[in-house]
Amino acid sequence: MDAAQAELLAKVQPAELHEQPLVTNDRDFNWVTDKICRIVETKTPLWWWVCMAVALITASFTGIGLVWLVSSGVGVWGLANPINWGWAIVNFVFWIGIGHAGTLISAVLCLLKQGWRTSINRAAEAMTIFAVVCAGIFPLFHVGRVWFGWWLFPIPNSNGIWPQFRSPLEWDVFAVSTYGTVSVLFWYMGMIPDLGVLRDRAVQRLKANAYDGAGALAKGMDVFRKNLYAIFAMGWRNAGNHWRNYEMAYLILAGISTPLVLSVHTIVSFDFALAVLPGWHTTIFPPYFVAGAIFSGFGMVLTLMLPLRALYGLHDLITQRHIDNMCKICLGTGSIVGYAYIMEFFIAWYGANPYESYAFINRAFGQYWWAYLMMFSCNVFTPQLFWFSAVRKNAALVWIMSIFINVGMWFERFVITVTSLANDFLPSSWGYYSPTMVDILTFFGTFGLFSVLFLLFLRFLPLMPIAEVKFVMPAADPHGHHGDEKGDHH
Amino acid sequence: MSENYGIIASFPDTPSFFHAAEKVRDAGYKKWDTYSSFPVHGMPAAQGQPRSKVPVFTFCGGLCGFSLGLFLVWYMNAFNYPLIIRGQPFFSPVFPFPIMYELTILLSAFGTLGGMFITNLLPQHYNSLFNSEKFLEVSGDRLVIAIEARDAKYDSAETARFLEEIGGTDIEEVSA
Repeated sequence: MDAAQAELLAKVQPAELHEQPLVTNDRDFNWVTDKICRIVETKTPLWWWVCMAVALITASFTGIGLVWLVSSGVGVWGLANPINWGWAIVNFVFWIGIGHAGTLISAVLCLLKQGWRTSINRAAEAMTIFAVVCAGIFPLFHVGRVWFGWWLFPIPNSNGIWPQFRSPLEWDVFAVSTYGTVSVLFWYMGMIPDLGVLRDRAVQRLKANAYDGAGALAKGMDVFRKNLYAIFAMGWRNAGNHWRNYEMAYLILAGISTPLVLSVHTIVSFDFALAVLPGWHTTIFPPYFVAGAIFSGFGMVLTLMLPLRALYGLHDLITQRHIDNMCKICLGTGSIVGYAYIMEFFIAWYGANPYESYAFINRAFGQYWWAYLMMFSCNVFTPQLFWFSAVRKNAALVWIMSIFINVGMWFERFVITVTSLANDFLPSSWGYYSPTMVDILTFFGTFGLFSVLFLLFLRFLPLMPIAEVKFVMPAADPHGHHGDEKGDHH
Repeated sequence: MSENYGIIASFPDTPSFFHAAEKVRDAGYKKWDTYSSFPVHGMPAAQGQPRSKVPVFTFCGGLCGFSLGLFLVWYMNAFNYPLIIRGQPFFSPVFPFPIMYELTILLSAFGTLGGMFITNLLPQHYNSLFNSEKFLEVSGDRLVIAIEARDAKYDSAETARFLEEIGGTDIEEVSA
């Protein structure tokens, strides 16, 4: 049989498939460690301070908006009958959706053994956590009397009333807080070995440096740095036994985060789908919301990673193959979203419910036609350009398109929320919604808040999982199959 | 009991590191471990280690989460303060399923992380190995095998010779 196979192979001469390596230019382990650790060990670059200043100023808009809101009441937002869910819910769904790419990369792609996820997963997980922080602000302040926000949780309060578990809004409280917590745990656990690396390097630096003369402050800072990383590294020492339990824990966390991430946006979509409003009351919502969330999240990953790659010279770690794959995921999920838009129309017609048909015609051609046009062109047409490899290879163009995806997905949530509320069953109660200055300040400020958190992450924590990047390098193969493509280790 | 923690030896590349681990296992040592800055595929088997116990902790966490969710909904909405909402039943395992689902995941995650710490005996901020400068280089690219002095088979001269024989370099005794 073997001889026959060999003969056949010699006859057919199959083309050898070469996959592009995940770390290019034959870098070694020390190069990877150095490259990633130096980002946090060297002097803070000027651009970081500039970005931080801009981000802080922008974040203060959210502060101003929220102080204004709390001191006056929810009426300062543009909410008015019949539209009592405006930008607050739009922004909440927008930010939660962005977070989904982080979990998709760290959990789903891990289960699917996609080795290319390694260099982007840490930053994407950080993005998830910061996006959940931004998302949480909106429903929390929308409750009106924010100082009673803790009543959302099942804690005995002064009125002796418990949360009402028959409401999808209460499910949302559980889904989003679980999502935030599990994301933090997953992120932290993934970081423990890298914190150990930073700790060991700090110890080495303390031993190597003489710190004579004016070096007292520098030494103090280095000791502080060493202790800080040491505390969070928990005494990790890279033992085979450690890795064995760590890898099992990582695999399990990936396994439980996968149903979690699918459930979160499903439950967010229940906030709408369980209402009887035309345009909301549809069974397509859960899968459609999840696909949209992943689409917008990958848009945001591209928006963040492409500038970082250029700033820190990470071209050997975030290669063209990574960008290609991310673009293809945008293309796939963007096409699902486009399909959902069209299918909603079909079902509205096929269902023969006059209110439902009206809701959809009104969405596309009614008073909010501009928002629908914005949504449709950004979300359906933009990703289709990713079919072309010339487009995927043009980093600047990919970055611009990722912005379009972010904008388009925000408009999707606006269209869903506002058009259905503005024109429901009774024409006498129809209305038109416009945001106020407070809405605008609060929302744009969250981009500042997100940037502040992300910049702090860049400065103090390892941007990429060093151990995982090393694992996908040919030199990490115990059987010495150099040059072979390897899957993910988890 | 020796005054030393044990002996460490370095290996030049992943395949020789991996095969050396197999040889240490076959030589009958029990108190030893491999050290590398990345997980080596198949290393637990090469070291003769059993399957990790972390899933037990995950399962316990998940079971607690599910039961807690079920109890919360029943106690709060059906027992302690029943409210009639949309004519729906006070309790059913169906409508609050998202609550049970999310709490199962939440406590499984805590169980998993806690399980990882417990099985690895972490946090443990001091370990004698950190005294060795060569050991600190494991964080870069060094691949190390350490055999501890408390191993029954340990003999400082014999063990050092054995580590050299299986390809180890930079052999060093680490003080306790």
